[in-house]
Amino acid sequence: MARKLPKVDVVIIGVGWAGGIIASELTKKGLKVVGLERGKERKTEDYFMVHDELRYALRYELMQDLSKETITFRGNEKVRALPMRQYGSFLLGDGLGGSGVHWNGQTFRFLPYDFEIYSKTVERYGKNKIPADMALQDWGIKYDQLEPYYDRFEKLAGISGEENPLAGKRSDKYPTPPMKKSPAMEMFEKVTKQMKLHPYMMPSANLSESYKNPDGIQRAACQYCGYCERFGCEYGAKADPVVTVIPVANKTGNFEIRTHSNVRRILKTGDKVTGVMYTDVTTGEDIEQPADIVVLTSYVFNNIRLLLMSDVGKPYDPNTGTGVIGKNYAYQVIKGNAVGFFDDKEFNTFAGAGALGMVVDDYNGDNFDHSNLNFIHGGMISLSQTGLRPIQNNPVPGGKPTWGKEFKANSVKYANRFLSVASQGSSMPFKRHYLDLDPSYKDAYGDPLIRITFDFEEQDRQMAKFLATKCTDILKGMGPNHIDSMKDLGPYDITTYQSTHNTGGVIMGADPATSAVNNYLQMWDVDNLFVVGASAFPHNSGYNPTDTVGALAYRAAEGILKYRDQGGQVV
Amino acid sequence: MAEQNKENPESLSRRKFIQNAGFTVGGLAVGGIIGSLIPKEKKTETKVSQQKSEDFNQALMYFTPEQYQVVDAATERIFPEDDHGPGAKALGVAFFIDHQLSGNWGFNAREYMQAPFFRGEKVQGYQGRLNRRDIFDIGIREMQNHSQAVYKKDFTELSGDEQDAVLKDFEADKVDITTISPNGFFQMLRSVTLEGAYSDPLYGGNKNMDGWKMKNYPGSQMAYADIIDKDFKVVKPQSLKSHMTH
Ligand SMILES: Cc1cc2nc3c(=O)[nH]c(=O)nc-3n(C[C@H](O)[C@H](O)[C@H](O)COP(=O)(O)OP(=O)(O)OC[C@H]3O[C@@H](n4cnc5c(N)ncnc54)[C@H](O)[C@@H]3O)c2cc1C
Ligand code: SF4
Repeated sequence: MARKLPKVDVVIIGVGWAGGIIASELTKKGLKVVGLERGKERKTEDYFMVHDELRYALRYELMQDLSKETITFRGNEKVRALPMRQYGSFLLGDGLGGSGVHWNGQTFRFLPYDFEIYSKTVERYGKNKIPADMALQDWGIKYDQLEPYYDRFEKLAGISGEENPLAGKRSDKYPTPPMKKSPAMEMFEKVTKQMKLHPYMMPSANLSESYKNPDGIQRAACQYCGYCERFGCEYGAKADPVVTVIPVANKTGNFEIRTHSNVRRILKTGDKVTGVMYTDVTTGEDIEQPADIVVLTSYVFNNIRLLLMSDVGKPYDPNTGTGVIGKNYAYQVIKGNAVGFFDDKEFNTFAGAGALGMVVDDYNGDNFDHSNLNFIHGGMISLSQTGLRPIQNNPVPGGKPTWGKEFKANSVKYANRFLSVASQGSSMPFKRHYLDLDPSYKDAYGDPLIRITFDFEEQDRQMAKFLATKCTDILKGMGPNHIDSMKDLGPYDITTYQSTHNTGGVIMGADPATSAVNNYLQMWDVDNLFVVGASAFPHNSGYNPTDTVGALAYRAAEGILKYRDQGGQVV
Repeated sequence: MAEQNKENPESLSRRKFIQNAGFTVGGLAVGGIIGSLIPKEKKTETKVSQQKSEDFNQALMYFTPEQYQVVDAATERIFPEDDHGPGAKALGVAFFIDHQLSGNWGFNAREYMQAPFFRGEKVQGYQGRLNRRDIFDIGIREMQNHSQAVYKKDFTELSGDEQDAVLKDFEADKVDITTISPNGFFQMLRSVTLEGAYSDPLYGGNKNMDGWKMKNYPGSQMAYADIIDKDFKVVKPQSLKSHMTH
């Protein structure tokens, strides 16, 4: 029997960006909130020895311990799903701040087109443009409705940037000016301008200058230290939940964080949830935390896993297309790239910041005509300078040996002499891409792992090829001696890192038959349960997800306050 | 904050860490690792650097001497000494690998190793039940067996070209082994060689930061804010140790 604790107003499951934002907004309004986080405490002082590529980037110091919990994966239903035994495709967050601690900070808004993707596609190209197995749907919210929440997240984080000429309207400019421009970025800018494209500085959570946010939190400027993606920031310059929203929630006196608390079930009676059951992983004790409102912010995989294990919501059935939990799992198509080798130019590419770069959106969303193309949407194209560290960056021109004398000579020669122009392709939902509980593999507590059924489709192959060609064209203008570019996307492969941009599974929408949550991320089936994160995305855009996660978290917080006041569905 | 930023970011960070942690000189008793965060007097520093100390790190934690020698020879073929600078041998790569195998990495401690085990598709990744220690034990033994089968000699007695041929057979899965994937072992050996050449010297490889020096990689610097918008410039490398002594 689990030990039962006194009831609180709100319990939050997982304290990353989503959980942290909800905590700060609700505690400011006087609600008593408990945040349950399975991992440990984190603080800026932890990062004294952070410039250690082996420990953080290759041994995954800050990420989820896979020996305790992982996911299983199969390309399609004919194959047996097997566990992701080692890291590859994506890296899961763990501990206070979640992935927000070791993210890059590239902070993009999605396009107005994204939120109405089904209607806009039909309107411009007709119904036949959408393949029969594609599960495209509108988000049940429009860009203009979400815009104020984007603005709030960007001000919270202090995003450094400049207006993107091809994006939705902004109510205000970015709170801090763009980051510095490296010589390589200037080359990209010059070439893309000559090509009549529309380059702009990547919106960055790394902070171009010191900044005080509306909550009164002050942070120092980024030092371009080159240890950002996969690392914590030793300056507190990178916006992360630990240096922004969590201290704000703590200061109210209304927030209690319990680390080492692994939530295993959401408890439900009738059509309401009553709290959660979690295991204190330091003692092994099972504990029940009752609450009036439950907020699920444990990232895509555990958001779905916890709902399915707790029998909350109707599981998605790919055979009938009915049910909603696990539906529309999507990812990111990230391999459409080109790499250029320069024989007589050297760059400071060892320096950089997680969100330093220049971007063009001319081939993103519906910013270009798809009439004669076999895909919809597209992706951003960028030259980024995130800091090239020596273990993970040893490229040599294609076809050359990958070990031995010639390899060493080439990898040493080109260490500071190559540049990549890369795309970040969108990922459309398909009827047979979904998440459910694995029938055989278990976590350290005996609970089933989540199972991914996902592969790249013709849509993805065509889009990646198209984007790789565009990357190559841009790179050509920059004058390298040799270019290698992606030829074929190939199947989805869990072993190579692509991005931690997993989306879908508890998607938002206007219709309870085809979506799991309303546009305040409140469950249609359960009024007092909110499910927040990229799990709400009906598809993934050609951008990184977190600006949209942050915006939706602000909106969800507003929905929770509304629910507290008036009850029922808040839409 | 804004004012502090105008200072040399390096000193800012050092002091900030100490302040944040609440260790003030003359206040709390300082000791252990924390004590060394406090800036030392110049005198002591020169004294320390003048003493030429032995490298006590170069001893074995896991390998047998034979295993060590095979790995030392093989990694040198993967990453050989040349005009640019030292190869795996001089960088201490085999010691690095030995030390890595002795800990978490060797036991796959933070990886999912639960049954059932099935052979999967390539895109599903490693599905074996063996940990890296097992794989190295088997891989090294099979390198010796293959050398004996083809050349009637131990791997370490082969010429460089012969050693390359053995490694190529592993890379191309041309060695008949049932317990491990020859290519999988080769790829692991290759990537851990690069780790040994380029990780912070604190792990026992990249001796003298010579791996970094070859690549003009500056190692661990506090800040590049002054050079990020400038053309390439060589920055004198620094390892994590320097954070302890400043
Ligand atoms: C290396 C890397 C780089 C990235 N770069 C970018 C970028 O540049 N731009 C961008 O937009 N996005 C980026 N991302 C993605 C970004 O980090 C995530 O979108 C974001 O952090 C998600 O926030 P979240 O709060 O939804 O989830 P998380 O940050 O994953 O937080 C979830 C929390 O819940 C906890 N939890 C999970 N299960 C349980 C449970 N059962 N009980 C208790 N607690 C639980 C976890 O430990 C974790 O702390 C990057 C990700 C990675 C890994
Ligand atoms: S690059 Fe900037 S934001 Fe990123 S970790 Fe370094 S100082 Fe912090």
